[in-house]
Amino acid sequence: MAASGVNAEALVAENVTVRYAGVTALDDASLRVEPGAIVGLIGPNGAGKTTLINAITGVVRPTSGTIALGTKRLDRLPAHRVARAGIARTYQNVRLFARLDVADNVRAGAFARSGTLSDSEIVTLLERTGTTERDLRRRAGALPYGEQRRLEVARALAARPATLLLDEPAAGMNPAETIVLGRTIASVASSGVGILLVEHDMSLVAAICTSVVVLNFGRVIATGTPQEIARDPAVIEAYLGT
Amino acid sequence: MLAQQLANGLFLGAVYALFAIGYTLVFGVLDILNLAHAAIFMATAFAAIALVGAGLPLALAIAIAVVFAGLLGIALDRVAFAPLRARNAGTLVPLISSIGVAIAIGGVARGLFGPGEHRFPSGTLGPLGEGRIHLGALAFSGLDIVILGVALALMGTLAYVMRATSLGRAIRAVAEDRVAAALLGLDLERTIALTFFIASALGGAAGILIGLQYDSVSLEMGSRIELKGLAIVILGGMGSITGAVIGAFILGAVEVLSVAYITSSYRDAVAFGVMFAILVLRPSGLLGKRALRTA
Repeated sequence: MAASGVNAEALVAENVTVRYAGVTALDDASLRVEPGAIVGLIGPNGAGKTTLINAITGVVRPTSGTIALGTKRLDRLPAHRVARAGIARTYQNVRLFARLDVADNVRAGAFARSGTLSDSEIVTLLERTGTTERDLRRRAGALPYGEQRRLEVARALAARPATLLLDEPAAGMNPAETIVLGRTIASVASSGVGILLVEHDMSLVAAICTSVVVLNFGRVIATGTPQEIARDPAVIEAYLGT
Repeated sequence: MLAQQLANGLFLGAVYALFAIGYTLVFGVLDILNLAHAAIFMATAFAAIALVGAGLPLALAIAIAVVFAGLLGIALDRVAFAPLRARNAGTLVPLISSIGVAIAIGGVARGLFGPGEHRFPSGTLGPLGEGRIHLGALAFSGLDIVILGVALALMGTLAYVMRATSLGRAIRAVAEDRVAAALLGLDLERTIALTFFIASALGGAAGILIGLQYDSVSLEMGSRIELKGLAIVILGGMGSITGAVIGAFILGAVEVLSVAYITSSYRDAVAFGVMFAILVLRPSGLLGKRALRTA
């Protein structure tokens, strides 16, 4: 499936700061996700990972800094325009439309573009994400948890995003499911989609990420390959200190 | 006799259903009560009278007035709800601002049309107003059939839109999770505007049909149906379209039967008594809130 083509552009966040009522949730953070790259975003709880995702997707407006996809500025756009520009995401806590059926959930992913999806296109997306459910009329809320997570990825891919933001996609999955998920993510990336992966499961990050960005207290404290990150004293300090 | 009364209840219930759907649709999507709905119901009936008075054929006048109602609904959203939504003002403040719009619409209608009962010009109905159609032991006017037909056609169209179109999918998605829908690229404001268009067009259509049925349109017609509409929505389950339709037919039947077998002065007391009894048994209404989302 043509995941990119038109939209094969890098997501670039530069010097992004987000302050809420005196609290600095994100402090001068920068990162870059090239088409086809898998960038890991890690850090202790409260480090600002979800804030960065919210800033990229237009849910919160950065206090300063810029976010762009290729040459298109995203940081002043409302959320639905950001989605239409080519940014899709999944959530830490699954956020499907539980009362809508499987097919309508995937079709909802195509809100970002014109036209709707045929049943066979929906099945293709389910296959591509390892979703095994084939009853398209089944309510999403009735699916097992792992299936819901995979369906959410299928919904995100229905938008044909340039960049896909995955917020802890392996949370609650068993090791076997996590391995399958890793393969899915790698294959999506190989089709040209840039991926920003927020994840606590370091084995998944080490296995598939091309580079890793480490946040702590809202600041980027390290950037590098997974191997470099694992040896970085500041990272070790952030995870083991205090 | 009983069959005839139940048939009459069907005609009444169909119009109540059109009206009540407007409340439940907006509530399902935005979690707010739109208390200007009854004012749009009234204003649309006046618009239809004015259009017929200007010489338009009834069917065309109805079509134009219904579109007018829908546009009035969009304007209502822009004025009363959208600015508050942008500020996350919760659900109570919009309730008050919708009352403000209702008062404004009432004022304009009073200024343009004046108090008292207004009628469609004589001859508006043409052949529909004459004679009766017999079906076994039952007898109806042609108007009854047209009213029921229009109401059912509009409800059928709504069911189709909600189930099988991308607009319906968008409305159901927004009803369930507004933020997630926006993050999938859905233009929320546009979806909400279209929801108001549909809700108000249906409410306006109900106003015209009631006006034709009783051959009377007045400034007070909105407040007479308002409480019934809200009671139907609560009975059916807030946010449930199917529940509102069922609730409307129950109210229509109970009203007609209480007039026929008890006395007309107790009509509303009996109708609300029955609803009260049902709610004691099913406090969240017949179908609960989420049926809109599965439509």
